Amino acid sequence: MGERVGLEVSLAVSEAVKLARAEVIAAYPITPQTHIVEELSQMVADGDLDAEYIIVESEHSAMSACCGAAAVGARTFTATASQGLALMHEVLFIASGLRLPVVMAVANRALSAPLSIWGDQSDVMSERDSGWIQLFAETGQEALDLTIQAFKIAEDKRVLLPTEVNIDGFTLSHVVEPIEIPGQEEVDSFLPPYEPQVILDPEKPVTMGPVGFPEVYTEIKKQQNEALLGSYEVILEVWDRFAESFGRAYRPIEHYRTEDAEILINMAGAMSGTARIAVDMMREEGKKVGLIRTRLWRPYPFDEIRNAVKGAKAVAVVDRALSFGGQGGPMCSELRSALYPLTEKPVVTGYIAGLGGRDITVENFQTIVEDTEGVLTDGPREEYKMIGVRE
Amino acid sequence: MAEDKPNWREYPMAATIHSPGSATDQNTGDWKSMRPERDSAKCDKCGICWIFCPDAALYMTEEGYYEVDLYHCKGCGICAHECRKEAIRMVEEGE
Repeated sequence: MGERVGLEVSLAVSEAVKLARAEVIAAYPITPQTHIVEELSQMVADGDLDAEYIIVESEHSAMSACCGAAAVGARTFTATASQGLALMHEVLFIASGLRLPVVMAVANRALSAPLSIWGDQSDVMSERDSGWIQLFAETGQEALDLTIQAFKIAEDKRVLLPTEVNIDGFTLSHVVEPIEIPGQEEVDSFLPPYEPQVILDPEKPVTMGPVGFPEVYTEIKKQQNEALLGSYEVILEVWDRFAESFGRAYRPIEHYRTEDAEILINMAGAMSGTARIAVDMMREEGKKVGLIRTRLWRPYPFDEIRNAVKGAKAVAVVDRALSFGGQGGPMCSELRSALYPLTEKPVVTGYIAGLGGRDITVENFQTIVEDTEGVLTDGPREEYKMIGVRE
Repeated sequence: MAEDKPNWREYPMAATIHSPGSATDQNTGDWKSMRPERDSAKCDKCGICWIFCPDAALYMTEEGYYEVDLYHCKGCGICAHECRKEAIRMVEEGE
């Protein structure tokens, strides 16, 4: 049975990787992700984890080494953040294009310039279209659970796609939380060894990633997209199986006090904890406010999100990333787009908060709900608002 | 014709090629703009062109000359550059 301990969330992710019996880890340290791979390197050095730990000179090399490891059939893990993820950019598309089930934790951090080591979600949002399965954790328990699940999802024969677990830098990665560490036997039975379908093997040579002429490329991209869309059902299956084994249930969208809610707040990641407090306070004031948290970002859970907003008058979307010169927050614009075909749909208001480690407070969420109430009575205004910015 | 070509379900996953050496079945060099031409009077059959060809587009004939497979040669000109006897010159396709 599992053991409940107080543990830094980064170390819980390392623990998950160890429990998953990862065989190759290639990583380059970067704040606020460093603790994850530092702990893993210690585990390998101490002989607690039987894995190859490849020290590389950059994140570009880290992801390249991961692709090579996954191509020979190894269970592969890496972790990064911010500039490191940006440096991996081109190789992320190779991992997904070659259908290599690499698992990666991203301790979300702002992108330079100005230099910021602090948290926001601009790094992952810039890699939104890289073809990876993308999950967001709110708590340490979830970070650990999603990491174990990520291997099972990524390696499923029907999926074979790289999978990313996002944890907010510092506000999640560096906090100590009570976390239940599952037993090795339970994890082994949930996650058997990886059975690769096609590997690089001199005995049976194949060419991975050949040139795709114009007459082929479109079909291969269709194949890849179908796999990502199809992963949705597999993810639900894996979550059901996880709930049976470990008693913790996961869904693409997490609901909190959404029954009879007129205004829903939608966001991803650790700020949802603060939002929940704000929802409780506003409920006490008699406001019909609820929270829907996005856990699964790719593949986008269209049906779940459409069902989740049914009956609401407005959805206030809070993004920790800004699409410059566009619609503002990526989650907001995607939600608007997902709801557009519906005949009856709520008003969608967009907010940008928590950039570069700026605290997101309970008051911020109250302001957001008041602003959305204003839109409901006075009609639409600008596309989005930046919360807490000094004018 | 499009309907003769495989649809997206029929391609191997990620376009992986499962038959090694299958490039020899394809006319991979039919887009070149220059092709090598050998002057047999100058050639001493040393084989340096064959050694240097990066695409294995040269093969030895019964007489011992190195002939170019023009469906495979990309026209890079390395053979002409390396030939010590200046027995290979690059000519425009169409000439």
